[in-house]
Amino acid sequence: MSDRQAAVSPRPGRDGRPMVPAAEPRSYYGRPVLARPVWTWEIPAYFFVGGLAGACGPVAAGARMLGNDVLARRAAAVGVAGVAISPVLLISDLGRPERFVNMLRVFKPTSPMSVGTWILSTFGPAAGIAAGWQLLGLPGRRAGVPAQALAAITGPMLSTYTAALIANTAVPVWHDARRELPFLFASSSAAAAGGALTALTPRGSAGAARALGVVGAAAELAITEVMERRLDQRVRSSYRTGAAHRPHQAARIATAAGAAVVAALGRRSRMAAVAGGVALCAGSALTRWSIFQAGRASADDPEQTVGPQRDRIDGREPVKPAPGERLDVPADAPPAPSPADGPPAPSASGPGMPDAQDHPVAPRRGGYRSPPGS
Amino acid sequence: MSEYQLPTTAWPSSYGDEAQPRVGFFTDTSLCIGCKACEVACKEWNEVPEDGLDFLGLSMDNTGGLGADTWRHVAFVEQQVQVQDAAEGLRWLMSSDVCKHCTHAACLEVCPTGSLFRTEFGTVVVQEDICNGCGYCVPACPFGVLDKREEDGRVWKCTLCYDRLGDGLEPACAKACPTNSIQFGPLDELRAHAERRVDALRDRGEDQARLYLEGPDDGIGGAGAFFLLLDEPEVYGLPPDPVDTTRDLGETWRATAGAAVALAAGIAGALLWGAR
Amino acid sequence: MAECHPVGFQWVMEARERGATIIHVDPRFTRTSAVSDEHVPIRVGTDIAFLGGLINHVLQGDHWFREYVEAFTNASTIIDDGYLDSEDLDGVFVGWNEKSKMYDPSHWGYEGMEPQAAAGEREQASEAQGGERSHGAHGAGLTGGEPPETDPTLQHPRCVFQILKRHFARYTPEYVEAECGIPQDQFARVADAVVRNSGRERTTAWVYSVGWTHHTTGTQYIRAASILQLLLGNIGRPGGGILALRGHASIQGSTDIPTLYNILPGYLPMPHAEADVDLDDYLDNNTPPGGYWGHTREYMVSLLKAWWGDAATAENEFGFHLLPRISGDHSIYPMVMGMRDGEVEGFFVMGENPAVGSANAKLHRLGMANLKWLVVRDLQMIESATFWKDGPEIATGEMRTEDIGTEVFFLPGAAHTEKEGSFTNTQRLLQWRHKAVEPPEDCRSELHFMFHLVRRIREKLAGSTDPRDRPILDLTWDYSTEGPHEEPNAHEVLREISGYTVSDDTAVSGYTDLKGDGSTACGCWIYSGVYADEVNQAARRRPGREQTWVAPDWGWAWPMNRRILYNRAAADREGNPWSERKRYIWWDADAGKWTGDDVPDFKEDKAPDYVPGEGAEAEMALRGDEPFVLQADGKGWLYVPSGLLDGPLPVHYEPHESPVRNLLHPGVQANPTRQQFPRPDNPYNPTAGDPGADVFPFAFMTYRIAEHHTAGGMSRFLPYLSELAPSVFVEVSPELAQLRGLEHGGWSTVVTTRTAVEARVLVTDRMRPHRVQGRDVHTIGMPFHWGANGLVTGDAANDLLPLVLDRNVHISEFKAATCDIQPGRRPEGTALLELVDAYRRRAGIGGDPPT
Repeated sequence: MSDRQAAVSPRPGRDGRPMVPAAEPRSYYGRPVLARPVWTWEIPAYFFVGGLAGACGPVAAGARMLGNDVLARRAAAVGVAGVAISPVLLISDLGRPERFVNMLRVFKPTSPMSVGTWILSTFGPAAGIAAGWQLLGLPGRRAGVPAQALAAITGPMLSTYTAALIANTAVPVWHDARRELPFLFASSSAAAAGGALTALTPRGSAGAARALGVVGAAAELAITEVMERRLDQRVRSSYRTGAAHRPHQAARIATAAGAAVVAALGRRSRMAAVAGGVALCAGSALTRWSIFQAGRASADDPEQTVGPQRDRIDGREPVKPAPGERLDVPADAPPAPSPADGPPAPSASGPGMPDAQDHPVAPRRGGYRSPPGS
Repeated sequence: MSEYQLPTTAWPSSYGDEAQPRVGFFTDTSLCIGCKACEVACKEWNEVPEDGLDFLGLSMDNTGGLGADTWRHVAFVEQQVQVQDAAEGLRWLMSSDVCKHCTHAACLEVCPTGSLFRTEFGTVVVQEDICNGCGYCVPACPFGVLDKREEDGRVWKCTLCYDRLGDGLEPACAKACPTNSIQFGPLDELRAHAERRVDALRDRGEDQARLYLEGPDDGIGGAGAFFLLLDEPEVYGLPPDPVDTTRDLGETWRATAGAAVALAAGIAGALLWGAR
Repeated sequence: MAECHPVGFQWVMEARERGATIIHVDPRFTRTSAVSDEHVPIRVGTDIAFLGGLINHVLQGDHWFREYVEAFTNASTIIDDGYLDSEDLDGVFVGWNEKSKMYDPSHWGYEGMEPQAAAGEREQASEAQGGERSHGAHGAGLTGGEPPETDPTLQHPRCVFQILKRHFARYTPEYVEAECGIPQDQFARVADAVVRNSGRERTTAWVYSVGWTHHTTGTQYIRAASILQLLLGNIGRPGGGILALRGHASIQGSTDIPTLYNILPGYLPMPHAEADVDLDDYLDNNTPPGGYWGHTREYMVSLLKAWWGDAATAENEFGFHLLPRISGDHSIYPMVMGMRDGEVEGFFVMGENPAVGSANAKLHRLGMANLKWLVVRDLQMIESATFWKDGPEIATGEMRTEDIGTEVFFLPGAAHTEKEGSFTNTQRLLQWRHKAVEPPEDCRSELHFMFHLVRRIREKLAGSTDPRDRPILDLTWDYSTEGPHEEPNAHEVLREISGYTVSDDTAVSGYTDLKGDGSTACGCWIYSGVYADEVNQAARRRPGREQTWVAPDWGWAWPMNRRILYNRAAADREGNPWSERKRYIWWDADAGKWTGDDVPDFKEDKAPDYVPGEGAEAEMALRGDEPFVLQADGKGWLYVPSGLLDGPLPVHYEPHESPVRNLLHPGVQANPTRQQFPRPDNPYNPTAGDPGADVFPFAFMTYRIAEHHTAGGMSRFLPYLSELAPSVFVEVSPELAQLRGLEHGGWSTVVTTRTAVEARVLVTDRMRPHRVQGRDVHTIGMPFHWGANGLVTGDAANDLLPLVLDRNVHISEFKAATCDIQPGRRPEGTALLELVDAYRRRAGIGGDPPT
């Protein structure tokens, strides 16, 4: 020991370790590590509308090629309507809407938003021209057919790139599901397109739509389950607690119910077709909303960022549910933070005050000294 | 090039002769006295708006965290620690947080307008005349640095005082810091100094002292603003193992391509089934 | 220090990085403690017990620096045979007069000598206002004649050394633990560290601020540190000394060139109406026989020449009659009470915010409400300018705006970047400040204001034959002005302060050039030399890396650019450095002069073996081995034979309001000489042991935090500072929080007999109860920065404090009081008055104040 160390007691931290138990993830007063996405409802709405529209691209082209013009026209109309709404949603969410055109300054493969802007900018006009030809005869075949083909090719891209967009962030519940989300968005788009077209198309011509809707819905439910099971249990809590919980449940119920109604009664009953189709759309929309809400909650919860990272550093394997284990009542997953939990234990040495801020406050973490008796 | 040189994809190659030595911050939190001169100097120089007159009571921290209107944030952590045998001691960690100016910067990579760019100094800067407030960079940053300024609509963050660098001046926070906790200079020099410093601290008995984000093997390729911490990063509100999301983008794009193909195939299948 | 002087604290960090051990002694664990090696949690108001404990440790263990103490201190001096110590008389010294609450110091002096008290016996005996002249470095004189009797063996029972030993014998580690709450093992570590880091090879420095001076025993706190440092041989040596961290805004400069009522520039005493009828009286009363104060005549006459120029001649005593006189205690608090009582008509407030910053700030506001006119100069609309319309007393109804007749003038001030002038740091360093921009609109500097105010008054008085107007009309007031606002030339003012020979208007090189015959003029003798060679020395900015480690070419320190005072003590009797490692100043026998890293604080050519002859005067009356050249006997005073009004040695007394009885002297709870003002508008809490003391069971202290500036005028109006600390808060331990049901982040109300204020609650482990005399004593800490105006507002902590002053320097006890605390916000309006009233009744206040 140097003279200086011998002179006075060693400074805290020299000889001893902090009294904090290292196992539990620690945080800075339970405050978020990440910044919550600033997007508002327009974005999940766009995921739904754009996804639906994108799926309609190949439906329109394929139906026409197979001679089902009734379905083809419906698909073209739904597609162009969706793609007309989409930019409005996106532009209004911008902080500087008047500068939307700056999106076209670059093409950046590392940015799904950049890539997606170009996809949308291609699909939009293509779907518009194709719809014009399909529905109004204007322009003619020469423009209409290639346009429809282009829409058919870019349509699935439109429906799936948005998954890459959110997966390509630091938000744990999105990033960790990057292999599943594209398939989830694809199947959700299929269910939505199938549902919308089932509701809008005369039953005789809607067979493909019903099939698309039912298969899409089944895939949506299955992939959701797979996605959740593959998530770290702390991250998964973003779906099972908090603001995403109810939409998540509702999405699955609506999707399952819609698929069941369409499958069983969609051919026989117009009402069933409409009801089922609408339910499928609702399910798809709620899926996007629940994913969006889960993302916000995931960004807000420091434990979801810190826990898995700390496990990775310390060489611990993530805890996954056993096959067949139910996910809806997680045994040890801690609750996601929520303002309803009330103020944390009182100390400047502990988490901060629930004050004028958006961020919910997590329960106290770390080894801060509790007041006596608490 | 010295062994600590951390080239990014856009620097120095795209600058050619105009490239400057890569500069950044080494924040040695063992020297921080929590005075917050850095917070104030930054706001003064960059005319950053006041960020809320709320009493947060997070020890002496009423700022909360980085955001559009806070580019330097001093964290305070009061800890009970073990000293010698039975005696309880008190430790008060203080640390000034800032944008990391990552070598692999997720914010820059996801920016769809090209507003975020890498300067000739290797720093990451938002061009406010281009930013349209799409907000993609906000959740992309593994540190939660960027945010949208409410009424303004654009995203703002630390520029490493780009306007001062051009005139050969150091950033405002580094200049104001009285104890030289915030050190500015060529990154490879800072890294060499930081290695020596952390060794010296450990020799003195500070066995919790560590460097954070000095690179180059971490998930962001090392930062242009790296730290010497006296405890685990998460205690200060920092992610222990941050990763640039772009690292996994290949996987994501492949899944997306697969999903698009599957969607097309599914649609084709449904149409064929419906046509029978 | 890290909280209040973060920029200066960089040097402490630098020292730490070079291996220095940093020990922080404070009731609270602050940002300074966070980077220190040891935090010593001392109970509020017990630093004399702690320092006394260290002194006792040094004496009992023979750890004192023998050669230094024998050579340079008055350890061997024998004291008057009538002397009786506070240990002999259960807490008071001989000479205590219970009626006048003052001491007669006749038996405190050196044996065989008449001590010439700086205060003058006349003040002490008659008016008991005392202390007007004991301010600052002047110290006390000893009459000429026989040198005092000494025992170089330090064995004589009445020699200072033995008196010291007996006086501090009871300050044992057990006592320190019981009184201060500092565990014995920690005390042992600190004592050991201090001792091992002192001596020939190493020196220890003490740094303090208002945590020491804002007490009724404040002067004696400093004295205790001086005793310790003298015993350890740490004064006048590099890395040693006692550094006072004075407040901001050039407050060092504002006592050097004073705004204090009882001193003239350079710490010359202000003439007293009765004692100093003429210049000869004044000089007789105030010129000690030895040391550089022996040239009081030269300093005083040069000052008079600077002020009154041609009107000051040998025939008219150089205008001595033009100086104002003091007749008693005109310090700020009696002045405020004078306002209350209708005796003071007008008030200038410049660069201060007494409506928030004064102790018992409410009394100050009530006083200002009784003025005829008030002038406030500031950058912001501070509370001192607006109390009449939105102060707390308007809210409670104690005052009504329409009843306040004070005419308030608010003049906007120029910021520091908008004016030029010198700024004197706490280490006596003058640094010039340059103007970057012109002040906007009507904002002007203080220099501009004072110059043009007096110029206009002179114009109004021109031609007057009333002798009362001569002091203003005869002033030299011919500074040139420049710029669009006719700003007076600050360089000229500094040059006048530095001094010049009258006949040829040449700058003098220092105070040794000053004459007592009117041939020199000098505005402040300790600053003399700052304009030597017609160069503004304060503006020098040679970077440190281009100089020696002392860096004398940056700015200019008074006096004569000496960076360490009394640095003759860095060498032994023979003039050799105490060690190679600590060489600083030494005698160069070949050159016949003192030399070294700094300007020697000694007559340059006085040999170490010099012995004064008959009739030697001033510094020549001091030997070559007597380094304390401003003391009459050239010695460092372990024991103060005259000049202090509350005793020759420090004694532990409790603060005026304390939750604890004085363990050392149960019969004398607090400093018996403290100035009390028992008035209805200045009630006192009952102190420990008195009935009703349990109503205010907690210790209370105030302080600054880094985010804000003093009374808030320079921070609460700025968004970037306000957001760092937006609300007034109290810091309490988790134990106290539980005891009183306080919630972290919630509100609390702190109550004294003065008033009740509200504050947010910060529950933190950094506050701990002190284990004192077998029980836990809780402390509540509150920063004092908030007031009613600004971007962030709040109650003023100083409203809780009473006025009770250290007798020597009239500083009030800001740092120790008692209080109660309750959860929740305070009531408003008349309900607030009712709450305070209820507390007063429970405490039994209304009778006589405690003794």
